[in-house]
Amino acid sequence: MARMLSRYNARERLNHWVVAILFVLAGLSGLALFHPSLFFLTNVFGGGPWSRILHPFLGLLMALSFLGLFVRFWHHNLGAESDKAWSDNIGKMLRGDKSVTPAVGRYNPGQKRVFWLMTMSLFVLVVTGFTFWRPWFAPYFSIDIMRIAVVLHAVAAVVLVITTIVHIYAAIWVKGTMRAMTRGTVSESWARRNHALWYKEMKQGK
Amino acid sequence: MSSLQSQDVVARSATTTPPPQARSHVPQVAKLIDESKCIGCKACQVACMEWNDLRDEVGSNLGVYDNPTDLSAQSWTVMKFFEVEPKDGSLEWLIRKDGCMHCEDPGCLKACPSPGAIVKYANGIVDFISEHCIGCGYCIKGCPFDIPRISATDNKAYKCTLCSDRVGIGLEPACVKTCPTGAITFGPKDDMVAYGNQRAGELKERGFVNAGLYNPAGVGGTHVMYVLKHADRPELEDLPANPSISSMVSLWKGLAKPLALAGMLGAALAGFLHYMKVGPIEENDDAKDDEKEDA
Repeated sequence: MARMLSRYNARERLNHWVVAILFVLAGLSGLALFHPSLFFLTNVFGGGPWSRILHPFLGLLMALSFLGLFVRFWHHNLGAESDKAWSDNIGKMLRGDKSVTPAVGRYNPGQKRVFWLMTMSLFVLVVTGFTFWRPWFAPYFSIDIMRIAVVLHAVAAVVLVITTIVHIYAAIWVKGTMRAMTRGTVSESWARRNHALWYKEMKQGK
Repeated sequence: MSSLQSQDVVARSATTTPPPQARSHVPQVAKLIDESKCIGCKACQVACMEWNDLRDEVGSNLGVYDNPTDLSAQSWTVMKFFEVEPKDGSLEWLIRKDGCMHCEDPGCLKACPSPGAIVKYANGIVDFISEHCIGCGYCIKGCPFDIPRISATDNKAYKCTLCSDRVGIGLEPACVKTCPTGAITFGPKDDMVAYGNQRAGELKERGFVNAGLYNPAGVGGTHVMYVLKHADRPELEDLPANPSISSMVSLWKGLAKPLALAGMLGAALAGFLHYMKVGPIEENDDAKDDEKEDA
């Protein structure tokens, strides 16, 4: 049996999966209204009007749940000296060169970028979303503001979706990662391989 | 009620394939509102209420003639009164019958996300098909004239239908039929353009040198046109001088949609192909690692 390190406790995992479920629901209901070819997705939510009614609530709940993750993890996602070497080698790593994974802490710069892109896009989505949330908030905003808001809302949504695709793919690509969020633990060899500085920290802490 | 089968659909919201349009010789229609003949009696408002069976709430008098003060889900046309001074010291009272312009290139239809909730018939009428409306309010963002209103009761968007039901069986719109001065006329678009230009010419002879036809090209022309006494300054009457679909709406409903889809599908496909080409970063064999560490 491999030796394990604890990476996420139960509350952190549940918070993450609540955000993930709400992301899927808000995302599908939003995409349904974004492109005609995806309008069929409204059937998942009980039709067009119900998709329109539910989408803002799902989105707002997702953003509020994400706030929990933000409070928990923002300080792990600040820049670090070790980031540069990792970023310089990202091309080689993506090409499959396994010899060059510079030592990084709990999160590598790619994960940090995902964190901040998600934070920013959710912020834009919530702020712009309120301006055309019918029937309660839209009447307080001018048509010109709403026209800009819908474009920013769409752009932020696409950024969030693409960032999430990268996020999910990274977890599939780097074996041993998924169990951090499903079981809360990672193997010591995973930590040594992918987050050497964090591994050291954890061993010294013991 | 769905769209009338007797009126061929030439454009349909949120639809990427051509709608049924077997009949191709339907004449384009237009309503011409000659403000120089309008006496502000509001008979058109009443006729609209009556034919469409609408009952707006009785509001309060604000000390001006405008009543109701604005379009609503129950008032699809409203007389708007403007006291203006086109030249210093020359007070004029302009009256404009506000309502849907029935654009040849309708911004509401472009913005609408619900398939078939907004249609344009072959005769040029733009109609909201309420049963497909989801109440999102995108039509409000698409419209260059600030016309659609969403009902607080049922969350559906409403506006003038140009009496598509009457026109479909060869009748004129209710407001046209009722207008006591002949300020509102209805017929083939070409005829209405010719008549409007003729009226503008007559007004010019009578001193309104800037009289003209309001049939803005920015939206491809409209199927509701005005003869304005001051066509050089339509903003005197809250009409946009050069209306067009907002560039934001064009970006949002034009370039953004295919780009975004391509981006999202592309990201997923790139991930899949990357995995197939490069393969995963495997978790190292623990036993081997431990040996290394021990050594």
